[in-house]
Amino acid sequence: MSREAQSLLVTLLGAASLRLSFTDVYLRYVKEGLRPFLLIAGLLLVVLGVVSLWRDVVARRNPDAAAEAQQLEAEEQAGHDHAHGPAVAWLLVLPIMAIFLVAPPALGAYSAGRGSSTVAKPDTGFPALPKGDPVALTLTDYAGRAVWDEGSLSGRAVRMRGFVAPRPGGGYYLARLTIACCAADSRPVKISVRGAEASFPADTWIELTGRYLPGIERTGSDVVPRIQAVSVREIPSPRQPYE
Amino acid sequence: MPEATEELRNVPSAGGSPGPRGKRGLTSLDVLAGLLVLTLVLRQLLGGVLDDPAVQTWATIFVSLVIQALPFLVLGVVISAAISVLVPSAFFARALPRRPALAVPVAGAAGVVLPGCECGSVPIAGGLVSRGVPPAAAFAFLLSAPAINPVVLVATAVAFPGQPSVVVARFFASLLVAVVMGWLWLRFGKGEWLRPMRRPSVSGLPRWEAFRVSARHDFVHAGGFLVVGGLTAATLNVTVPRSVLDAIGGNLAVSVLVLAALAVVLAICSEADAFVAASLTAFPMTARLAFMVVGPAVDVKLFALQAGTFGRGFALRFAPATFLVAVGASVLVGSVLL
Repeated sequence: MSREAQSLLVTLLGAASLRLSFTDVYLRYVKEGLRPFLLIAGLLLVVLGVVSLWRDVVARRNPDAAAEAQQLEAEEQAGHDHAHGPAVAWLLVLPIMAIFLVAPPALGAYSAGRGSSTVAKPDTGFPALPKGDPVALTLTDYAGRAVWDEGSLSGRAVRMRGFVAPRPGGGYYLARLTIACCAADSRPVKISVRGAEASFPADTWIELTGRYLPGIERTGSDVVPRIQAVSVREIPSPRQPYE
Repeated sequence: MPEATEELRNVPSAGGSPGPRGKRGLTSLDVLAGLLVLTLVLRQLLGGVLDDPAVQTWATIFVSLVIQALPFLVLGVVISAAISVLVPSAFFARALPRRPALAVPVAGAAGVVLPGCECGSVPIAGGLVSRGVPPAAAFAFLLSAPAINPVVLVATAVAFPGQPSVVVARFFASLLVAVVMGWLWLRFGKGEWLRPMRRPSVSGLPRWEAFRVSARHDFVHAGGFLVVGGLTAATLNVTVPRSVLDAIGGNLAVSVLVLAALAVVLAICSEADAFVAASLTAFPMTARLAFMVVGPAVDVKLFALQAGTFGRGFALRFAPATFLVAVGASVLVGSVLL
């Protein structure tokens, strides 16, 4: 791979990082806290790439400098084994194309269907539910309470936001993916929706208001609490897709 | 490449099209441009395929791994380029204790303060040996520097939030591997397995030039291997049925060996491997620790680099021994700390 091509790849990957982090698109892939680092890394790469491109072009125009650059490149390549040398750098084309041309969507029902929803017992107990009727909860909070602290939910109306994931055997789950670091380590939280007449296609974002329904559905490694829906309405997909 | 240089001299300055290997009509820049155009065209044709949820999930996981690791990769590359430019290798030879048996743990611990990914540490270790550092100490440094430097430890803490024990376990397991391998070399190693080293390439350049050249070089190489890791992790995530992952993940011995072997094959840069390890949620933590301890110590890329720097005879003995020690250290430390 020539030096110009290397410089171009560095520039483009930096630009890709900037592009994602200028808008909210990066939230499909990583957590909010990474944004400043994506901006800095993108900026550094663009500077490194552009300066290198400029130097490459100057070197090419100037025969003496070109000879020097050749010399340098030859030395550089003699310095390491070529079996896994520059060829692997070509692969950097893939993320650049994926980001600029496809910008894949946030994970949704497909991942929720593949991942197993286990509900971990929190080290600290659950605080009393905040006031509010209905009270707004995350799916993680609801599922944790349903499995480990049922009493705190009884008799309360709750409101949650998530996407629709098909339920094996009919009906649907209200689902959300939680990420620890980036989308690659996502785990689903699923809540089985009872009593809702309308059905929605998979990946529709909904806001559900309902009441706690005792009983946990266990299939394979899935642990799925239930909810009695009172009202369900479609909502636009949220800025932050993960919990 | 004296011929290429000669050829380049004769090229009219305005042309600019012949690449470094002027004999080929097509330069890698042309290929790159062609690829980008081709994707634009294919994107129209493949529209339907790209809407498939499995393909989208695959692409999202791939992009998220690359994006998450990118800042750490950039940080590591910048720091290691700065060190290779600013710190003279003679400094290390003077700083180490005389007795090799003592120099090994000191050199291993020195890896903590010297960030650099494994591709960078092999030439550094080569430079150390050629400047009079005992090979055993240089190898301890070679194994510890990419595995336990601050960039890697921070990346690991970010990848496993709320689980500081993972960072601690990684630190001690990797340090253990480095020191044990250094002492093993002292006891059993033979000088004849080593081949004389080449000199580092950027010497003699102005400082900023040397920095820029090594940073770009390190980045495209480490980045390429990161993409290999991202592709594999995304493919595993989407294609391997959950039942298979559950079955492997349920058996500690099998899962440790599977992930250790995966680390060798994937050759992910140590600054990025914690994110891949964190994504392998179906596996027990000790197996994921083995992935992070084996990866920076021995993988296909390191094997090639070591064979190139120290000779094939060295690499053929060193790499398998390192693999065994790394797996043992992971299981030991994992069973105590995780």
